[in-house]
Amino acid sequence: MFNKEDIKKLAKLANLPIKESEYEKFASQLSEIISYVKQLERIDSNQVEPTFNVTGLKNINWGDKVEPSLTQKKSLQNAKMQRNGFFVTKGIFNE
Amino acid sequence: MNDLTDLTLTETLEALDNKKISEEELNRAYQQKIDNLNPILNAYLYICQGSSGIPYAVKDVIVTEGIPTTAGSKILEGFIPPYNATVIERLSYHNLRIIGKTNCDEFAMGSSGENSAYGPTKNPWNLNKVPGGSSSGSAVAVSAGLCSFALGTDTGGSIRQPASLCGVVGLKPSYGRVSRYGSIAMASSLDQIGPITKSVADARLILSWIQGEDGYDNNAVSYSNIKSQTKKSDNLSGIKIGVPKEYFGKGLDTGVESAVKKAISKMEELGGQIIDISLPCTEYAIATYYILMPSEVSSNMARFDGIRFGTDRDNFGQETKRRIMIGTYVLSSGYYEDYFIKAAKVRTLIKQDFERAFEKCDVIVGPVSPTTAWNLGAKMADPLAMYLSDAYTVPASLAGIPSISLPCGFSDGLPVGLQILGKYLDEEKILTIAEVYEQSTEWHKMKPTVDMS
Repeated sequence: MFNKEDIKKLAKLANLPIKESEYEKFASQLSEIISYVKQLERIDSNQVEPTFNVTGLKNINWGDKVEPSLTQKKSLQNAKMQRNGFFVTKGIFNE
Repeated sequence: MNDLTDLTLTETLEALDNKKISEEELNRAYQQKIDNLNPILNAYLYICQGSSGIPYAVKDVIVTEGIPTTAGSKILEGFIPPYNATVIERLSYHNLRIIGKTNCDEFAMGSSGENSAYGPTKNPWNLNKVPGGSSSGSAVAVSAGLCSFALGTDTGGSIRQPASLCGVVGLKPSYGRVSRYGSIAMASSLDQIGPITKSVADARLILSWIQGEDGYDNNAVSYSNIKSQTKKSDNLSGIKIGVPKEYFGKGLDTGVESAVKKAISKMEELGGQIIDISLPCTEYAIATYYILMPSEVSSNMARFDGIRFGTDRDNFGQETKRRIMIGTYVLSSGYYEDYFIKAAKVRTLIKQDFERAFEKCDVIVGPVSPTTAWNLGAKMADPLAMYLSDAYTVPASLAGIPSISLPCGFSDGLPVGLQILGKYLDEEKILTIAEVYEQSTEWHKMKPTVDMS
């Protein structure tokens, strides 16, 4: 069902570095898993509403108040790269 | 006083209150046991020294300010959280101390503990066996007496199944009972934090401490709070106990079946009324779960970009990569309706199964895991076989209902757990019934002897 090309495409979509040597294995494992979950096709669920959240809660909002939160220093403490108190990210528009 | 590390949390609090033991003695006893056993069991990834407070363990997917937190992943190696999870803040008011962070499957994805990037945890009952997962280190730390209790997380069985395989108590609260703020998210519509303990009374006490909304987890609710203690009862008269036929079918190990059926007979002896029920959609639970959960995983794992924290995405382990790809596939355009929406609809049917069953009974009982602990390595090459081992725990997760695992016997020297499931937000009832059952048996007093040779 899945071939090497499919895995390559999925890996790209998911921003996942996958080694060439892993394509074959993932292709066969994903094929097996997806064929297994396909058994849901047997169930007639046309009249059934989907459940995304069991609590049934909707549009829960908190007051728009400023509260104590992390300092800039703490927020940055785990960043690999930072400059002038900001995170350094990859460029988006500079290619 | 015998071995202090055998004391339950409730007994420890009493012994400290009566000045029979000191906090220093208590901490020394646990520390010594960790020094002796952790090199063999690999339950802890990080150990915090200290001599005051009651020591407890925290699964390494829960963030702890200033204490390294890896979620069992190389991608978070060296990560020092700048804040505490809500559960950690709440426990800090009860004279408790974090004694260490426990090993787990990477980002809580696994059923055996073997998906940790820091090596597998061993089952203290038999070092060749898995402890279950993903809260592997937490269950082992409680079972082997390396902490007074532990926190775990449960998305599809990750508290209950390792508790069952290690012979301790594990409680998955209702979805929304406990705030997940500070729990590294795996599948947000399923994740819950809960206690792994040496007794049911301990699980109740800890739940009473950590429950309720905090203003950070929009799904956390605060009504009908669980009491920290309850009036002791010694029987189950008037309680209707549902036994689903689907939990006793193909794939259930005979040793497990026999232990669980004896537990059900015991409950009947205690005055409970046993009622045969059916949960017809049980067979579809794993398929439903393995669409919905990876979908949420693929989205939650997108935050690991190596910019704000963590390292590069090639440091994800095999299982994490597998689930990210499954999730990406079932959510992709053209497949979304067929997989994701379909599974969300079947989730409704599974939830309705329980609602219908609870019209006839107060609680539902059955096995936690179809087998006892299996050999290390046995299922690592076959992900689907690993997934199927969660067949009895996943349905409660999908329905959001509370469920507890407690020791109910042994099969070939390995612990068997009894699962008691309750109505949404009715932890009170499953805890009360579990307490009555536990008081009438000796299983929870059995401790493993770790082979030191």
